[in-house]
Amino acid sequence: MLELKNVGFTVKNEADGKNLEIIEDVSFTLEDGKFLVITGPNGGGKSTLARLIMGIEKPTKGQILYNGTDITNMSIDERAKLGIGYAFQQPPRFKGLTVRRLLSLAHGSELPEDECCSYLTRVGLCSMDYLNREVDSSLSGGEVKRIEIASLMARDLGLAIYDEPEAGIDLWSFQMLVKSFRMLSSEKNESVIIISHQERIMQLADEVIVIADGKIRTQGAKDEILPTLLGEFDRKCDLRGEKGAEGNA
Amino acid sequence: MLDIKESNLLKAISDVSFLPENSVYNLRKNGLGVERKTNEKVQIENKTDKPGIDIRIMPDTKNETIYIPVIITESGVNDKVYNDFYVGENADVTIVAGCGIHNSGCNESRHDGIHRFFIGKNARVKYVEKHYGDGEGTGARVLNPVTEVFIGENAVCEMESVQIKGVDSTERETNAVLEAGAKYIVTERLMTHGNQSAVSNMVIELNGEDASAQIISRSVAKDSSEQVFYPRAVGNAKCAAHVQCDSIIMDEAKIRSIPEIAANNADAQIVHEAAIGRINNEQLLKLMTFGLDETEAEEIIIQGFLK
Ligand SMILES: Nc1ncnc2c1ncn2[C@@H]1O[C@H](COP(=O)(O)OP(=O)(O)OP(=O)(O)O)[C@@H](O)[C@H]1O
Ligand SMILES: [Mg+2]
Repeated sequence: MLELKNVGFTVKNEADGKNLEIIEDVSFTLEDGKFLVITGPNGGGKSTLARLIMGIEKPTKGQILYNGTDITNMSIDERAKLGIGYAFQQPPRFKGLTVRRLLSLAHGSELPEDECCSYLTRVGLCSMDYLNREVDSSLSGGEVKRIEIASLMARDLGLAIYDEPEAGIDLWSFQMLVKSFRMLSSEKNESVIIISHQERIMQLADEVIVIADGKIRTQGAKDEILPTLLGEFDRKCDLRGEKGAEGNA
Repeated sequence: MLDIKESNLLKAISDVSFLPENSVYNLRKNGLGVERKTNEKVQIENKTDKPGIDIRIMPDTKNETIYIPVIITESGVNDKVYNDFYVGENADVTIVAGCGIHNSGCNESRHDGIHRFFIGKNARVKYVEKHYGDGEGTGARVLNPVTEVFIGENAVCEMESVQIKGVDSTERETNAVLEAGAKYIVTERLMTHGNQSAVSNMVIELNGEDASAQIISRSVAKDSSEQVFYPRAVGNAKCAAHVQCDSIIMDEAKIRSIPEIAANNADAQIVHEAAIGRINNEQLLKLMTFGLDETEAEEIIIQGFLK
């Protein structure tokens, strides 16, 4: 179980020395085996929240508990060993590291070829073409993103956080991905947090949290939240329509 | 024939712990040639005017691997050797060179290998050279290799040099001259630590039409070590050259990269790229989310980078 208690994160702005509050008093609980989708506008603080849970950033206020243990001051690798994993929104590339090695590092031991392949297949990559390729700039953005997701699937986790897994991924692979996430939530007793803007992914959720301006704006079961969210979106679109929408996108 | 220490050195520089029976080799130990094997296609003879050997590879020789390792296990050895390789037309061979120094004394041990390659038309040469040093002594381990390469028409020369551990001071000189259609591919891997210093000077002259060269240098400088790269590519004909120097800098290390490219022909295309920077923080963070600590993560990134 993951518990956030009044978590806040403030940084000092280098330019004017003022404090900038990026996350403000966020509290929620995620039960084991539950599937949570976090959504909300760009710059709202979703990735920051994920980085706080993983330990990449340390909260300036509040507490984070995982399975009853206070992990607020634990390092990244300690949290990883407890079974927390995070697939980055923008995964880095590595010169000289093959896909197979990366998946093995994620897994914690050398992965047999067929297992590597099955993880790659789940994210829609034809494994034979990729196993021995390096995770360097020769891979496309969507490919790196999918390998990142596969590397999280290769781990044995209690809590998996995926940051916009759908970003940059083509329609066909996206369907494959949705299927994999569905499988994940039913097979393993893993808690999953997915940061996403996609309705198709929100449909998989048990719960949805909307983050805006560093705060939780709405929170609840999918069936309650989703209709209001979509309604709000429709209204916004209508509004634009009425105004005649300059700079139409 | 080799004791454990010697065969460890041999393994570190040539990936074999003893010299394969069916290959051609010349082993030099503490300044003297100690073992040699030749065949009808590859001949090795001592030079008469100075220390060193002439290696003659007959035209059309295929699939031969030639080992010419140098090992130094005594402290205070100062070894200078001149090796000339004559590679016949259409030959296709691999040459595994390298120098391992085990210095457990307090005097400097030093090896300067002056290697010249005369590569005939349409021949292919792969040359692998590893430098390695160990031993608990305070005596410095010094290697100053000089490599001169003449690549004939449509010949291909691939050179790989690796120096990852234990060499205190290196000054490397590489000069290459390319004729029409010749191809030269160099990859350099270097890691320095402690107070080590490494200098690599390189001049590549592309003289013939459609000659091409690709130089890739990757290095890591740790602690207070220092590295200087000075690659120069000169295009004298319609040709193509690409020089790429990538370095990771850590701790109090210093790295200088001085690229020089020159074209004396309007159809010469010469590109130089150089970058020096710290280990990428996102890479470190990513590996730490797999449960590795910072030092382990650094090791993996460096290993991959130098692969
Ligand atoms: N270390 C930092 N210093 C200054 N500002 C930061 C820092 N980290 C995040 N921010 C700012 O905090 C806000 C939230 O960023 P975050 O990446 O969490 O948003 P997000 O909800 O993930 O957005 P998106 O949907 O675009 O991915 C942004 O305005 C960002 O610029
Ligand atoms: Mg984000």
